[in-house]
Amino acid sequence: MPKIHFDHIEKSFGTVRVLPPLDLQLNDGEFTVLVGPSGCGKSTTLRILAGLESLSAGEIYFDDAPISHLAPKDRDLAMVFQDYALYPHMDIARNMSFALRLQRAPRAEIAAKVQRVAEMLNIAHLLDRKPAELSGGQRQRVAMGRALVRDASTFLFDEPLSNLDAKLRAKMRTELAEMRDTLDKNMIYVTHDQIEAMTLGDRIVVMSEGVIQQQGSPEELFKTPANQFVAGFIGSPTMNFLGGSLAREADRLWVRGDGFLLPLTDEQSGRLNGNTPGDVSVGIRPSSFSADPKVGAPIELHLAVSEYLGAQSVLVTRCGEEEVLVEYDSATPMKSGVSMTFGVRPEDIMLFDRASGARL
Amino acid sequence: MVSHELTTPDLKSERRVRHAPRFFNMNRLTPYFFLAPAGAVLAVALLYPIGYMIYASFLSWNPSQRIHEADWIGLRNYTNLLKDPNFIESFFVTLKFASVVVTLEMVIGVGLALLLDRKIRGMSVLRTIFILPMMIAPIVVGLMWRYMYHPSVGILNRTLKGWGLDPIPWLSDPDWALPSVIIADVWQWTPFIFILSLAALQSLPQSALEASRIDGASTWQQIIHIKLPLMLPVLIIAGLLRLIDAFKVLEVILVLTNGGPGLSTEILSLRISRTTSEFRELGEAAAMSNYLLLLLLIITLGMFLFNKVMDMRQQRLRAAAQEAG
Ligand SMILES: Nc1ncnc2c1ncn2[C@@H]1O[C@H](COP(=O)(O)OP(=O)(O)OP(=O)(O)O)[C@@H](O)[C@H]1O
Ligand SMILES: [Mg+2]
Repeated sequence: MPKIHFDHIEKSFGTVRVLPPLDLQLNDGEFTVLVGPSGCGKSTTLRILAGLESLSAGEIYFDDAPISHLAPKDRDLAMVFQDYALYPHMDIARNMSFALRLQRAPRAEIAAKVQRVAEMLNIAHLLDRKPAELSGGQRQRVAMGRALVRDASTFLFDEPLSNLDAKLRAKMRTELAEMRDTLDKNMIYVTHDQIEAMTLGDRIVVMSEGVIQQQGSPEELFKTPANQFVAGFIGSPTMNFLGGSLAREADRLWVRGDGFLLPLTDEQSGRLNGNTPGDVSVGIRPSSFSADPKVGAPIELHLAVSEYLGAQSVLVTRCGEEEVLVEYDSATPMKSGVSMTFGVRPEDIMLFDRASGARL
Repeated sequence: MVSHELTTPDLKSERRVRHAPRFFNMNRLTPYFFLAPAGAVLAVALLYPIGYMIYASFLSWNPSQRIHEADWIGLRNYTNLLKDPNFIESFFVTLKFASVVVTLEMVIGVGLALLLDRKIRGMSVLRTIFILPMMIAPIVVGLMWRYMYHPSVGILNRTLKGWGLDPIPWLSDPDWALPSVIIADVWQWTPFIFILSLAALQSLPQSALEASRIDGASTWQQIIHIKLPLMLPVLIIAGLLRLIDAFKVLEVILVLTNGGPGLSTEILSLRISRTTSEFRELGEAAAMSNYLLLLLLIITLGMFLFNKVMDMRQQRLRAAAQEAG
């Protein structure tokens, strides 16, 4: 499997610049997830890699060999499209075997490969139907199967699960995760769903407006986000951001906001390294609140709504002007409209520069 | 109060039951009621002339006679025609003309569409130029080509002369006349296939085309395996329309050759028009028209039947496979 290197690639459609110089190095055999909000250039990046879109500047290397001059068919990739892109006039078997038939592979071999992949994806009984006669989920599997029968070195997935209902999506996600472990291939997976990104990716690349915000393992992104955008994008429910200001008192750094006063840990103060901007954003994950106000420092929140999700509830609360989500054990009854004090441990908070969004 | 409330719904339901059949009938008739005006127009404008023509084909009818003065001669017009070598020749000229013309137009039209289906600057101007011939009145097309085919002052022969070649007797040689007529028709009607093919191409699912590029299809393979099969329904209809039209073509040939030299370009519609005006045999002309109509009907029905059989065969295969699987 080749190592893929995007070397400062740029893309503009007319005067609209979609990708400012983007540099990205993917390791061999990795499952990489490109994630970001709608319109941030994920599909464009993937289509450039596939050769469906030309580069405005920069170069892509497979193992140090430039490939941007190659036609899509010479890049040894398979792709699953967001809208499946099946061939409407061919039955499923012919859809899946199209690439192999073009390569003039022996018939018996084609039939065997198609059968094996179809059984793996549970679509063996659909082989003689036309795409129009399948459900969305079945079509999605066929699209996946069409990519898998080819022994391509790299697989590209463009939001393959976005058209499925929640249950089917979860099932396909599990199947994909299994596939990731059994196939030793480069896989690049585009999604705007951070749960898919977290569960599937060996490496996650978070993009916003064509710029890579951060890349790393799911754990790295969750625990040490580089900036406020990544912190807000990864994790569900999303992280709360409260306005606050830093102050030095009694030989310690404190962050003070509307309704809370939290001491910084030595580690956090050390990272600041004397650089103390006045205004900061305080990031607290919904799971970091404790019902016991004596855990860490107290923070007073005004309960607005409780959203019951089963074992857990999400409380929508207010802290001054700002909305704060709190994850809470459903077993404890909650009353809306009252104020409550929760505890937050100082090591669970993250500080971000209010102006630049960078992690402090 | 209570009893009132109880009886009211009862009454209502009874009434509803009693009225139901009439409402039912009304509902069933409503669509026909709305279809009636269209049906009337169809009957007057389409069925009446056809019926008139069929009736006339059983008569020995001279244009100086009223239709009811004409003699009823049964099927004699039809049998006479089958024995008439001129009619047979005209029939085969028509067949040759129509099949060659439609084949050429399909190949060139689809080819041009495949070639010009891309985003290059100036392409829209080019496309507009390509469809101009179709907008010219057939009589004018005939006159234009007659001047171009002119043996001494026509642009074609002058060009040949300029290149030092012998002039070609475009319209005066029986071997050249039909090809010349075919060229003029192809020139005028290829754009029809072209614009329909272009529209079909542009409505193809883009992502399927992209998928085929990734699957390794070359430009040719893409055309053969993806584009043409997906365009096929449009191409069949376009070809059928052209075929029907080609069987009825009149003006261009009338102006170019008037059927000559000899009978080399005398297609059926021309022969029909000559039978009425020169030979003054309205009944025979009507019979000829009916033969033409029959031929077109057979072609159309054959095409639909072919589609249907293909469909059914596929369904049967699928059902059999499902039972087996
Ligand atoms: N052919 C095009 N012409 C002009 N602009 C385009 C074209 N294709 C994409 N764009 C623009 O490029 C930007 C990135 O598009 P892209 O399809 O890569 O987004 P995405 O990250 O895949 O979003 P989504 O999650 O909605 O699929 C968008 O702002 C879009 O409007
Ligand atoms: Mg996209």
